[in-house]
Amino acid sequence: MHVPDGYLGPHTYIPLWILMIPIWAYAARRLSEELRSRQVPLLALSAAFSFVIMMFNVPIPGGSTGHAVGGAIVGIVLGPWAAVISISVALVLQALMFGDGGITAIPANCLTMAVLMPFSAYYIYRIISGKSDILSSRRVAAAAVAGYVSLTLAAGATGFLFGIQPILEQDASGMPLYMPYGLNVTMPAMLIEHVLGFGFLEALVTALIFAYIQKADPSLLIGAMRGPRGNSASSG
Amino acid sequence: MDNKTLRNMLIGLAVLVILTPLGLLAIGETFGEWGNEELKDKIGYVPEGMEKISSLWEAPLPDYALPGFENFSASAIIYIISALLGVAICGGLLYYWGRRVTRNRPD
Repeated sequence: MHVPDGYLGPHTYIPLWILMIPIWAYAARRLSEELRSRQVPLLALSAAFSFVIMMFNVPIPGGSTGHAVGGAIVGIVLGPWAAVISISVALVLQALMFGDGGITAIPANCLTMAVLMPFSAYYIYRIISGKSDILSSRRVAAAAVAGYVSLTLAAGATGFLFGIQPILEQDASGMPLYMPYGLNVTMPAMLIEHVLGFGFLEALVTALIFAYIQKADPSLLIGAMRGPRGNSASSG
Repeated sequence: MDNKTLRNMLIGLAVLVILTPLGLLAIGETFGEWGNEELKDKIGYVPEGMEKISSLWEAPLPDYALPGFENFSASAIIYIISALLGVAICGGLLYYWGRRVTRNRPD
């Protein structure tokens, strides 16, 4: 899902830079105001974990390979704004140092994997969890569904960005300048492999880590429940 | 987070880092991440804009590898070193920043 340089034209990546810069700035401000000192090691670990988990390429039938992102579990445990910063740091390093994802495509990759993914996962998890006990298995299931759906959403968004390129960017003779495939190819390609394959991987990773934290230190999960501006379930 | 949980998570992360070369075993292509040559094989040409932008940046360790070290054990070691660099830089940056912004907070 790491869009390389050259697949998105300037009519896409320039607006995405303009969109993402204030999102990063706001997320950093929110996090710097709300982060608790006991969460700092977990924040650092989350970015490191996300970086590493993305290196586990897994093949699926049909000849395609892909990986989990970790954006769902980070969004659920640390909250979505923390996840924006954490996953973005991992993605920017991957682009700069390892050429995994393009430089011009940094905001596209951060929008899908570091914004859409943790936010959708966070809200899906909260809706399915309802008022269930923090230690309940319903919450593990909620985390799994959140992982599955959020990765699929991110993949769909990437497919959409790919697929609008032939419409937005053509040369004088109508030839595509960047990603040559349209929505009719990119949407099914990105969605099917994540719906049938990598979504389950993200669900598994999310549920396993969630269940471990439930067992090891559920106070970490109560912290996340406090949510934006410290205004919900627990006073922590 | 208590020290035991932190320690266990660090152990888990270390195990993942050591196992990362498993990710090298996956053979196949990733949709939308083809190189120029691969795309040329697919559609017969490289779109003009793509050709200009695609080599904009030269990463020091492209695809977590060093050109010239292509056998499995060498690529596995470079893959693990890449994972360690990722852990150290991502974790280090956020730890440093997090400590700075929370230094006056009790919890």
